[in-house]
Amino acid sequence: MRKYILQRLVFAAITLWGVTILVFGLSRLGPDPLLAFVRDDTYGLAEHTVRELRAKWGLDRPLVVQYGVWLGNIVRGDMGESIATQRSVRLTIMDALPNTVQLAFVAWVVATIPGILLGVMSAIRRGSAIDYIGRGIALVGQATPAFWLALLCILFFAGYLQWVPVGTKAPSTASLWAQAQHFILPALVLAFDPWATYLRLTRSSMLEVLDSEYVKLARAKGVSGAAVIMRHALRNALIQPITVSALLLAAFITGSVFVERVFAWPGIGALAVQAAVDNDVPVVAGTALIFGLGFVVLNFIADMLYMVVDPRIRYA
Amino acid sequence: MHDTRAQDMGTSTASPLRVALSAPVYTWNFLRRWPIIPSLILLAVVFGAIFADSISDFEPDKGSLRDRNIPPLWFEGSTTVHPLGTNIQGQDMLIRVLRGARVSLIVASVAVVFGLIAGTVTGLVAGYYGGIIDEILMRLVDLWSSLPLLLIAIVWAVSVQPSLWSVVVLLSIFSWSAGTRNFRGEILSLKHREFVTAARTMGANDFRIMLRHLLPQIVHIIIVVTTLRTGGLIVAEAGLSFLGIGLPASVPSWGLLIAQGQPFLTTQNWWMSVVPGLFLFATVMSLNFLGDWLRDRLDPRLRQID
Repeated sequence: MRKYILQRLVFAAITLWGVTILVFGLSRLGPDPLLAFVRDDTYGLAEHTVRELRAKWGLDRPLVVQYGVWLGNIVRGDMGESIATQRSVRLTIMDALPNTVQLAFVAWVVATIPGILLGVMSAIRRGSAIDYIGRGIALVGQATPAFWLALLCILFFAGYLQWVPVGTKAPSTASLWAQAQHFILPALVLAFDPWATYLRLTRSSMLEVLDSEYVKLARAKGVSGAAVIMRHALRNALIQPITVSALLLAAFITGSVFVERVFAWPGIGALAVQAAVDNDVPVVAGTALIFGLGFVVLNFIADMLYMVVDPRIRYA
Repeated sequence: MHDTRAQDMGTSTASPLRVALSAPVYTWNFLRRWPIIPSLILLAVVFGAIFADSISDFEPDKGSLRDRNIPPLWFEGSTTVHPLGTNIQGQDMLIRVLRGARVSLIVASVAVVFGLIAGTVTGLVAGYYGGIIDEILMRLVDLWSSLPLLLIAIVWAVSVQPSLWSVVVLLSIFSWSAGTRNFRGEILSLKHREFVTAARTMGANDFRIMLRHLLPQIVHIIIVVTTLRTGGLIVAEAGLSFLGIGLPASVPSWGLLIAQGQPFLTTQNWWMSVVPGLFLFATVMSLNFLGDWLRDRLDPRLRQID
């Protein structure tokens, strides 16, 4: 067990290190490393700004030293200043982060609970209407790009039916109901892909478990139907959906970037894309690192969860 | 008993009513067995992409202020001159969508070829040599396929001048790890077979064995992975262009067209996003169906490829 945890920790550390190398390397591809911090526009650059930046980030020294200085500053929470707004990248990210986390949390709940419940239902009532409808929606949905789905939802629910607002997040001074309304569309769109995956996986692994000998034995002993499913079958059937949670993460992060962009949600994904469009290198680097960190940490949590639900892992 | 059943079926199908009723069933079964509809859609898209300029008389960038905001056919106020309508600047949607198809198909197919060459070489080398090389390469593949690649795309967008080629390179990097594990697995089981030993006995070196003896054995997997992967790459390209970090705004790609229509979704010009989106959706769906069909035909064991 300790070996497993240690192994995952090392893997997480290596991944994180790889992300920093990647971000650093890509942001220094330009002809002058100074371009990673300021833009050389028509007005030219002030002499003292250039001197300060060179001194602070060690730009006159070898690349390895630059990487060290850069990493040191990042670890201390200093990611430089945004080129577009002159504001500290750390503060900009801190403003956007809660919005992203809130949306992701709501979407994750919306994806997992109905996804797993529907998966179990489809497995128990195999071939019923609920089985076909659920799987049909999941099949079409998985082939639909998230941004296109988001636009269709806006067109139908916000434009045609006018049930929900078109986008963005409500100010925190608005009523609770108004705030919740703004969450509905983005959360549903973001939840759709993981929901479909959870449904499919829970259904297939539940079908497999329901067919196994120990479930038949439990039934033969006279255990009631609900107890067989809840206590015997579901526990084992859940292993597979939880295993893929880690794999779903990458798609979930990608999805959140698109959803935030389409719905003008003031989160990190929208911030990153806007910064990329504006050529704002420090903000892009900062947001990419935050996403990378979130990805590694959540991946690690998913691995630990996997260990908790599947005891076989602990002794492997 | 077998005979009577056959006779029953014979008499029942002879009834004209039954024949009429079962005709849709036959058609349906036929369509299920052969990927007719997806192939037709793909053929139409490829044809439209190649002959875009002959199909439409308009220029993608030239608008006419008098012909702004014309809806597609069958909607109120549409004209046959612009079958898919026009956008807010009076540019013809048909030529824009077809030019978009050209861009999407070129980018996705070039990227899938580059990516799969790299992926195939990786799989061949890892499977053939095994040991530490295999271990390192496969760990790299694991890591790569679990990373959210959009983040790399965002950093890529600020560090490389956006162009058709920068997107092709990026997407090739994306598609590298697809199928590598399947190639490697197949090579692992093939490399101990007699024909490989025979080739080696006759003096073939590693390079020749891999290229001339092992590679032809995994062509069917390459075909399946290519088909399934192309759809994903088309979506990826459209997504990047939609976000504004893919192709430059001067190239009319599907993603760009969808993004251009977004501000007008809830006003009257809903078709500006919906039309290119439908093309994207139909193309990707068709590629997925075709890929699934090929997989079931060529190698049903490949189920785990998505």
